[in-house]
Amino acid sequence: MKADRIAEPWGDRTPYRRHGDWPSRVDAHLAEGVEPGAVQKWVAAASLLHSGGDAMDIAVVDGRMAGVRGRAADRVSRGRLGPKDLFGWQANASPDRLTRPLVRRDGHLVETDWDTAMELVTARTRELLAERGPGSVGFYTSGQLFLEEYYTLAVLARAGIGTNHLDGNTRLCTATAAEALKESFGCDGQPGSFDDLDHADVIALFGHNMAETQTVQWTRVLDRLAGGDPPRLLCVDPRPTQVARHATVHLAPRVGTNVALMDALLHETIRHDRVDHDFVEAHTVGFEELSERVASCTPEWAADICDVPAARISEAAELVGTADALLSTVLQGFYQAHQATAAAVQVNNLHLIRGMLGRPGAGVLQMNGQPSAENTRECGADGDLPGFRNWQNDAHVADLARVWNVEPSTIPHFAPPTHAMQMFRYAEQGSIGMLWISGTNPAVSLPELARIRALLAQERLFTVVQDLFLTETARLADVVLPAATWGEKTGTITNADRTVHLCDKAVEPPGEARPDLDIFLDFARRMDFRDKDGGPLIGWREPEEAFEAWKRCSAGRPCDYTGMTYDRLRGAGGIQWPCTEANPRGTERLYTDGITWAHPDDCESYGKDLETGAAVDPVEYRSLNPDGKAVLKAAAYVEPHEMPDERYPFQLSTGRTLYHFHTRTKTGRVAQLDEAAPEVWVEACAADAARLGLGEGDLVRVATPRGALEARLRVTDIRPGLLFVPFHYGYWDTKEGDGPDRGGPGRAANETTITDWDPASKQPLFKTAAAALTLVAHADGRYAPAPTTTASAPSAPGSVPATAGGRQAYATQDSGPGGTS
Amino acid sequence: MKDGIAHTLRALHHGERRLARDLVAVSERHAGEHEVHHVATDLAAWSREHAGRLAEFAAADGLRLDDDRPEPLAGEAPEGLLLLYDLRALHLAATENSLHWEMLAQAAQATRDERLLELASACHPQTLRQMRWTDTLIKQLSPQVLASL
Repeated sequence: MKADRIAEPWGDRTPYRRHGDWPSRVDAHLAEGVEPGAVQKWVAAASLLHSGGDAMDIAVVDGRMAGVRGRAADRVSRGRLGPKDLFGWQANASPDRLTRPLVRRDGHLVETDWDTAMELVTARTRELLAERGPGSVGFYTSGQLFLEEYYTLAVLARAGIGTNHLDGNTRLCTATAAEALKESFGCDGQPGSFDDLDHADVIALFGHNMAETQTVQWTRVLDRLAGGDPPRLLCVDPRPTQVARHATVHLAPRVGTNVALMDALLHETIRHDRVDHDFVEAHTVGFEELSERVASCTPEWAADICDVPAARISEAAELVGTADALLSTVLQGFYQAHQATAAAVQVNNLHLIRGMLGRPGAGVLQMNGQPSAENTRECGADGDLPGFRNWQNDAHVADLARVWNVEPSTIPHFAPPTHAMQMFRYAEQGSIGMLWISGTNPAVSLPELARIRALLAQERLFTVVQDLFLTETARLADVVLPAATWGEKTGTITNADRTVHLCDKAVEPPGEARPDLDIFLDFARRMDFRDKDGGPLIGWREPEEAFEAWKRCSAGRPCDYTGMTYDRLRGAGGIQWPCTEANPRGTERLYTDGITWAHPDDCESYGKDLETGAAVDPVEYRSLNPDGKAVLKAAAYVEPHEMPDERYPFQLSTGRTLYHFHTRTKTGRVAQLDEAAPEVWVEACAADAARLGLGEGDLVRVATPRGALEARLRVTDIRPGLLFVPFHYGYWDTKEGDGPDRGGPGRAANETTITDWDPASKQPLFKTAAAALTLVAHADGRYAPAPTTTASAPSAPGSVPATAGGRQAYATQDSGPGGTS
Repeated sequence: MKDGIAHTLRALHHGERRLARDLVAVSERHAGEHEVHHVATDLAAWSREHAGRLAEFAAADGLRLDDDRPEPLAGEAPEGLLLLYDLRALHLAATENSLHWEMLAQAAQATRDERLLELASACHPQTLRQMRWTDTLIKQLSPQVLASL
């Protein structure tokens, strides 16, 4: 059966009952004119354009990619693929891929050979190390590389260079998930499993637009809603998302007030004594303080702050309070908003006091945005020590030094790892002299872009950018290294529920582009990094050897990979860590039998003050939590730092749409996806638009104290007083290439965002700013270029042409027994 | 030697010598408080020793601390150090406040002044959190600032 998967992003229903097996449905899309019989080989991989980790096979014809299909046996997706998976692969073959290294000469980037480019990089590194020491070198990486690449980068940065300036763009996407898990459970590691979606009777989505960010898992929810004994949904989101449309209770709080809402939910849970006292007694500390903190947080109190009716809050509390198996998921609506960690931790608290953990359907999913964000975290490419080791625990550092065969003092652990926003500050001030940016595009994705562009353009800052395309960031670089991507290299990625997939190389990279792993290894070889016995610090050359090295580093840690091999991963439908020789099938849920990694000797972090970010002293942690239980950490609501006023009367939130990923470097180059959402837009509600004399398609200006952008207006059912702008759009496909035309209007949402971050997770706040909205020109018959299938659907149904992909977006869906795999 | 480290060594050297003098002065001013008198005298020796060791350490790197140069003022510090000095000042101010809260809390207990005890118990923990915040930031920022100046 064929469907237009741009018009129908979630495809057809395969209904199933609670506790049943989710039926398989194999989705496939082949290039125009390619018949299935013509495919010469199918190469196993998993999604690269979201964190779902949907398994797929890449079709290869004559050495080129010719399509993809899902794998029916895979535990994550049972064969399904979302629109970005079905069509995104085509970006690999874009004619404007980088195929040769570039270096800046006389102000211009010119092509050169690898040797020249790499010698330039190593010479600058050596010079900085000699003159100013390891603190002058910083690395900013991605959530889109492979595990093997992050691990290699972590070893070379930490033990080779000896810098603690290493972070990923996961800082923008999943840092709060990691921090919230550390605060509650002492250690990172996703407690729940996607399979909990099969068993939950209530699914609560906190700031998580699952329908657009994890389309395949949302398909699973839709299939349950269409089947027997369907779950009830709670949706907390200020936008009218598909999740909101299917929710039993939808709360659309004023942005920046999540902690107040969560405190009220906890208040109601405790007031009605919907508390699992045995669980609390056995597995937690801090219940008394939490009870005291939320004692005054009534629904009426929160209603004023959140601008949500108290009765709705009570209904939401009843939903989560009466569930027999509650699954909660959390994403950017919490992580990128004011009081991010404090709010995400309150979701953990809700589960801990209700005893909703570690059994089918009862779990927490603190989500990721990017495909391998989990690997960035566990390998330490986000600055944390690899394997969730604790930088403040000398025994953990010594253990890591043993794995790497270096002295513990080689590994900088005198201060917390430098988070991305601080790294850019150091670069702005000049104390970081070299920034190596791999697989990410800060000139579009960081807040306050005018500042970021100026900072990256500084003469004194040497910038290396490793990417597929000449991104906005690459245009400002001193050296640009052409990288191979998914399908052109081999490595593993771990999704948001700890499922590991192997992505095999299907085709050759274009021109001289190289796998990121090869680039890092080349650098390490040229720098001649040594261990303490004079042997090479990094002894591996191939992805599989890097994976084996990582296994040794992960041994005995929460993210233990020692039971996996490339061969086993090739044969399996995804394996969840921890996976050991004794437990070769992996682990579906953490904390099935108590809290495992919170003991003072084992924990990854002693925690932070959620309001100030101040570190908790190890001695204090030990006295608070001597037996290593989960910590119920209370938090008081604090008003956002920037609130609307007369000049900037709206609140502004940025976010994503189903059809694009990150800064559109891939999805913007794919016809089906690009045409579904070709340009930036802004959303406002009908009442606000009417008050300002604005309507659908009007060209408007969104301004904040930092900057402005112009976009067409889509009138939706978003909460009154709130504007929404998708953050994907930059400048690579505009005349200017790297920023707004001189004095002209901006296109990127981040022209307007504020430089402010959560004190605990250091995640920038993209969802809590004040803004003004003004008319530039009336629509004149035009519509906003926003999809109608998603949260950006028009308030008046049918008032704008429906989003469709036509013939080019047809994909097959085979839900026959066994599918086609 | 990095400018930032030299500047901090000089500031600490002055600080240790000043603390030694202050401890001796307090010891003499309160000669009748026997514990204060004796222990302060002992602690002054620590600070004198610290000052000596600092001078010795710096001399090996060609920096003279035992000269008559006045104590560097925060405003004269290299630019990057100003933030650290401001955080230091905040930490010290919070520490003073913390000690005052402690005095009041003790007094409240002694006089069974419930209102005052309640006030101190409510506010003092936040003063401690202010101190921890400044301490955390100093720990986080000083390696970069001092090593890069």
